[in-house]
Amino acid sequence: MGRSVPAARDPELAAVWAAVAAVTDPEVPVLTIEDLGVLRSVDRVDGRIVVTITPTYSGCPAMQYIADRVEDALSGTGSVGEVRTVLSPAWTTDWMSEEGRRKLTDYGIAAPVTVRTRIACPRCSSRRTRPISEFGSTACKALYRCEDCLEPFDYFKELL
Amino acid sequence: MNANPFAANPLFSYLLRLADDNLVHAQQLGALVSWMPELEEDIAVANLCLDHLGQARNLLAYAAEVEGAGRDEDALAMLRDERQFLNAVLVEQPNGDFGQTIARQFLLDAYQVPLYEALVASGDAQLAAIADKAAKEARYHLRYSTQWVVRLGDGTEESHRRMQAGIDALWRYSADLFAADDVEDALAGIAADVAPLRTRFDATVQAVLAEATLALPADPYQRLGGRVGNHTELLGHILPEMQSLYRAHIGAQW
Repeated sequence: MGRSVPAARDPELAAVWAAVAAVTDPEVPVLTIEDLGVLRSVDRVDGRIVVTITPTYSGCPAMQYIADRVEDALSGTGSVGEVRTVLSPAWTTDWMSEEGRRKLTDYGIAAPVTVRTRIACPRCSSRRTRPISEFGSTACKALYRCEDCLEPFDYFKELL
Repeated sequence: MNANPFAANPLFSYLLRLADDNLVHAQQLGALVSWMPELEEDIAVANLCLDHLGQARNLLAYAAEVEGAGRDEDALAMLRDERQFLNAVLVEQPNGDFGQTIARQFLLDAYQVPLYEALVASGDAQLAAIADKAAKEARYHLRYSTQWVVRLGDGTEESHRRMQAGIDALWRYSADLFAADDVEDALAGIAADVAPLRTRFDATVQAVLAEATLALPADPYQRLGGRVGNHTELLGHILPEMQSLYRAHIGAQW
């Protein structure tokens, strides 16, 4: 399901979108919540702005921080409204933007695959890699190792 | 037969049953952080703990809303006593050695995957939303725990012995996961139907244990009661540790 970017003909919604979309993930600071697909929509409901976000994992500890920063960004625009967190439809790594995937790889984290396949090393692009641990430093990552350049790396694990 | 006090508000009780499995299990896993055999497993147990805690919070927050009595998720987690906890007795069993920790995780995962997958179709939209999120996490957990059951079971003589001991110790607490009563009966179309869950659970357990060269214990005894608040002694030791700080500083903010 695509994100609902507000139409440019509504300048207030567009301005709020631009402001909140720039909030970054504290654990993967190269990614914005727009890149991640965590930002779902900016709407006007009964005259108030409603920014809707969705968590990546049920227990993601960054979510409260992100919600607070979105709140700050919203009030910074001067618009009156609220931030809502919804669980459905459930977030999937398929919502990560192409831009987000590129930034992630440049940052040294392998981007989530869309079909289960060999993960490419973000440093040397080799596909001769193997998982070291199903879990990594945050809920969204697993730990891999490249058999060619021999470097360990984080993989942003696919959640489909 | 006595009237079931938990049937008075069936959706609230059902949500507590699902939430408390996760909450108590998360508390147990939290106690293992820094004690796992390898760094990777330490990271894994912290991540599993977070997922289960997150699921518990989503379910408890919704339970609080359904109850509508002014209690919030914290009050439900921290101010209920043992007899009001509705988790299956499996999750309150001790962490034990790594074999037992993995056995408990595996049995819970083998139950939660079909549970959440069924609840995605629940007639209750918020429960379906929570389950949709949790199902993806549970599938990942099952992949992790399955891999360890097989690796230990089909490993060395010692790892096989310990993995078998873990299954032997915990199997008698597994049927409690499926103990349903008039709470579920009152929630047709909302709660997950228990019989198909049990079928899928049995198929998973059978296939994985076969691959791991392990067997189910012959003793048919099953300890039930968790779903109506009749717990083993162990929960009474877990809850004070989890709740004492909150109870000593009611209303504290940080």
